Amino acid sequence: MEEYLKPQPVKKPFFTPTVIFITILLINGLIWAFLRFVFGIGFVSNLDNQHPWGIWIGIDVAAGVALAAGGFTTSALVHIFHKEDFHLIVRPANMTAMIGYTFVALGVLMDLGRWYFGWHLAYMWNGTSVLFEVGICVLTYVTTLYIENIPLLTERFIGLVNLPGLLGKLNRAIDKFLRILDTVAGKIMFFFIILGVVLSCLHQSSLGTLMMLAGPKIHPLWQTPISPLLFFFSAISVGFPMVIMESLIASKSFGLKPEMDILSKLGRYVGPLLGIYLAFKIGDMAIRGTFVYLTEFSLESVMWIIEVVFGVILPMRMFLWDKVLHSRPLLLTASFLAIFGVLMFRVNVFLIAYTPTYSFKSYLPSIGEISITLGFISLEILIYRLLALNFPVIAQPIRSYLPKTKYTIRGGLIK
Amino acid sequence: MKTQSRRDFFKTAGLLGAGVAGLQPSKASAAPVNILSDDRMGVLVDTTVCIGCRQCEIACKEEHGLPVGSLDDYVDRTIMSEMRRPDTTALTVINEYENANNPGTASDVKVQCMHCDHPACVSACIVGAFSKQENGAVIWDESRCIGCRYCMIACPFQVPAFEFDKALQPRIMKCDLCYETRTSKGLQTACVEACPVQALTFGKRYDLLKLAHKKIAGKPDEYLDHIYGEKEVGGTSWLYLSAVEFNVLDFPQLSDKPAPGATEPLQHAIFKYFIPPVSLYALLGGIMWLGKNKDEEEEA
Repeated sequence: MEEYLKPQPVKKPFFTPTVIFITILLINGLIWAFLRFVFGIGFVSNLDNQHPWGIWIGIDVAAGVALAAGGFTTSALVHIFHKEDFHLIVRPANMTAMIGYTFVALGVLMDLGRWYFGWHLAYMWNGTSVLFEVGICVLTYVTTLYIENIPLLTERFIGLVNLPGLLGKLNRAIDKFLRILDTVAGKIMFFFIILGVVLSCLHQSSLGTLMMLAGPKIHPLWQTPISPLLFFFSAISVGFPMVIMESLIASKSFGLKPEMDILSKLGRYVGPLLGIYLAFKIGDMAIRGTFVYLTEFSLESVMWIIEVVFGVILPMRMFLWDKVLHSRPLLLTASFLAIFGVLMFRVNVFLIAYTPTYSFKSYLPSIGEISITLGFISLEILIYRLLALNFPVIAQPIRSYLPKTKYTIRGGLIK
Repeated sequence: MKTQSRRDFFKTAGLLGAGVAGLQPSKASAAPVNILSDDRMGVLVDTTVCIGCRQCEIACKEEHGLPVGSLDDYVDRTIMSEMRRPDTTALTVINEYENANNPGTASDVKVQCMHCDHPACVSACIVGAFSKQENGAVIWDESRCIGCRYCMIACPFQVPAFEFDKALQPRIMKCDLCYETRTSKGLQTACVEACPVQALTFGKRYDLLKLAHKKIAGKPDEYLDHIYGEKEVGGTSWLYLSAVEFNVLDFPQLSDKPAPGATEPLQHAIFKYFIPPVSLYALLGGIMWLGKNKDEEEEA
C-alpha cells in the first residue's frame, strides 16, 4: 500500500497576526543583542561577579538542550527500535532539533565574553572539564543534525534547480551534486543516526554534572551525585511531549488535521518515562534525606515542589489516562506541563539552587536578558514556519494520488 | 538507507569509525598544566599581626598596572567596616573584623586567590586557560580564554572576577601570585614585599606549615588551633592564622576534599578510552541491525 500521507511544503502565507507579533519580539531581541555586542554583557544584563551565569545559560542553553531532545528520542524510536508507526514525525522532530541546537550554540555565543574565540574549543581540549565535554558533544551533534536533515534539501530541489540568468549555467552541476549528495547521504545516514543518539545521551547527562562542580554553592535539594542520571531521564521524558506539542500547534497554525492516532500512541510512552524519572528523583531524595529541606519554607523548597508536582507528577498522571491521550486540548496541556517541569528543573539547578559564597544582591534577569531570550525563541518559531512552508517537512495528504509505477525518476527528468 | 545491504552497513560503519578515530588529536598534548610540586611556594597570613594598612593593596595594583587612585583613600578606614571582595579593580582587598570578646582589637583579613592545590578552575576551564604552575601559582592564560565564566561558578572561594563592562577582550581577573614578574624568577610577591609588619610570609608551603604550627604551639592562647588552607579543599597555597573562628572572618566552611569533587572521576569514568560511548554506539548499532534483519525477513 502506498502512503497517502507524504511530507511536503505547507501552502500557507507566511505572515499572520501572531507571526507579526512574534516578529516584533524578534526585532526587540535583535536591538538588545546589538547593544550587548557593542557595549558588553554588563550593559544589558544583571550578571555580576557573584552571579556569572543567568537565564542565557539557564534557559537558552540548559533548558534549550533538554527541550530539543525530541530529535534524538524520536530518531531512536523509529530508526533504531524500528517503530515505523511514527515515521511521519521524525522529520519535523529532527528539523526542530536542528533549529533548537543551532540556537543553543547562538545562545552560548551571546553569553561568551570572548565569543570570537569560540573556535578555541576545537583544538584547546581540557579533558577534565565537564563544560568541554558538553561543548564538543553539542557542536558535533549540531553538525550531525544538519547532515540528518540533508534529505529535506535534496528532496526539495532535485530536478527543480532553476537559477536565473548567468547562474543558470550551474543548474545542471548543482542538480548533479544534489543527486550525489542524496545517494551518499542515504548510504551513510545510519552512522549519523546512531552517532546523534550517542552524542545526545552523553551531553544530556553531562549537563547535569556541570553544576555539581559548584559544590556547596548548589542547594542540597539539587546537589546530588546522580544529577547526570536525572538530567538524562528528564531529557528523554520531555522529548515526546515536545514533539506532541509542536505537532498540535503546527497543525492548528497550518490548518491541518492533527495526527491524533500517532500522537496518542507516542503519548503512551511518556507516562512510564516520567515515572522512571520521578522514581529516581524521589529515591535519591529518600537516600540522601534531603526531604528535611522541604519542611522549611524557602524559595528553594517552594520551587522544588512546583517543579515536581506540576512538572512531573501531574503530567505523569495525565499521560497514563486514556481520556487525555485521545483529547487534543488535554494532550496539549499534559505536554505543556511536562515541558514546564523540565524547564523548571533546569532553571532550578542553574539559577535557583545557585547561592554564591558571598552575595551582595540577588539575581533577577534584566529586561535586556529577557528580551534577547524571547527574541531567540521568536526567531526559532519563525524559522520553523519558514522551513515548514518551503521544505517537505510536515506530512500531508496527497490530493492527486497516483498509482505506483514500475520506474520512478526522482524529481523528473532535467529539461 | 533501505536499499543498503548488511555488508555495506558494516563497511561504511567501519570506514567512518576509523575516520573519526583518526581525526582525534592526542589528548595529552592539549591538557592544561596542573603540577602539584612538593616544593610549591605559598604565603602565610597572620591575621593577628595585620594592621589593615592596605599597603599590599597599593603594591598589588602597581604590580598589575591597575589604577591606584589617590593614596589618601587608603588611609580612610571607614571603607573597611563593610565586607569587600576582590574584583576587576583590585585583585586583593583587606577586610577588618572587630573582635567581639575583646573590644578595641580587630582581625584584618587579606583576601585574594587562594591558589588551591587541586584548583576547581583548572579542572573546570573549557579550553584549559587556567593552569597550576610548578611553583604553586594558579594562573590564567589570556590567549586561550573564551569568557564562559565557568571558573567563577567552580571557584569555592568565589575569586575570579570578569570585566562585564567590556565588549571586547574582557578579562578574567584574579591574583596570579605575581607569576610573570616575580615568583617565576624566585622573587617574593609584591604584597609580601610591601607589608610593613611581616603579617605575610612568603616561602615553601611545607616550611610555612611548620612555621604556622610552631606559632600556634608557642602561643596557644592567642591562636586558634587551625590553619585555614592546610586541609580546606585539599590544601591551598595561601594559609591563614587567626585568633577567632574562621567563619566569623567570612571564610567559607569547606570540606577537606578537593573542590573538583565528584565531577572529575565521573568525567574520567565516562571517557576512559572512550569505552562507554563506543559500547553504547555498538549496542545501538546492534539493535538497529537486528531490527533491520527482522524487517527484511518480513518483506521477503
